[in-house]
Amino acid sequence: MGLDLSAIFQIAGIGVLVAVIHTVLRQSGKEEFAHWATLTGFVVILFMVIHYIGQLFNEIMDVFRLH
Amino acid sequence: MEIVQIVGFGLTAALLIALIRPRAPQIALLLSLFAGVALFVLIVHKVSTVIGAMEHLAGAANIDRMFVQTIFKIVGIAYIAEFGAQIVRDAGESALAGKIELAGKVLIMVLAVPILTSVVETVLRVLQ
Repeated sequence: MGLDLSAIFQIAGIGVLVAVIHTVLRQSGKEEFAHWATLTGFVVILFMVIHYIGQLFNEIMDVFRLH
Repeated sequence: MEIVQIVGFGLTAALLIALIRPRAPQIALLLSLFAGVALFVLIVHKVSTVIGAMEHLAGAANIDRMFVQTIFKIVGIAYIAEFGAQIVRDAGESALAGKIELAGKVLIMVLAVPILTSVVETVLRVLQ
């Protein structure tokens, strides 16, 4: 498995997008929606990252025979 | 040259994290977590060849498989605990990171007990 540059740009892109949405919503006085937008973005990225973390732990289990 | 790839990946990740951190610190943390995971997977993949060679050598030297596997497990636990502790420390929870490291040490101690007992038993047998 090589290094996943596209995934890191994807996560960064979602992060910037969420930050922009957060700012816009807060500027227009919808504080509540702004927080929900941030939370949603966080959960989406969390799912992506959890997938990779699971992969990492499986790999470590295999390599060091931790089963 | 894999190291160029790794350094490039790390630099890109660091730049993106620095870009995002002031705007969305939670997502910056996830980004650094992901970058760490990606680098770690690559390195662990390399370690597997070394582990295979060491297992082969241990088999050639007639060393009990149990000992070798315990050592691998200890190294694995140390790597995972270190990784987790660093991520948690990055998130600003150094007390929690300390607990993770402590848990790693305790688990390693538990794994080392059978080896220790067998050493003591061997010594006792020699002395008798």
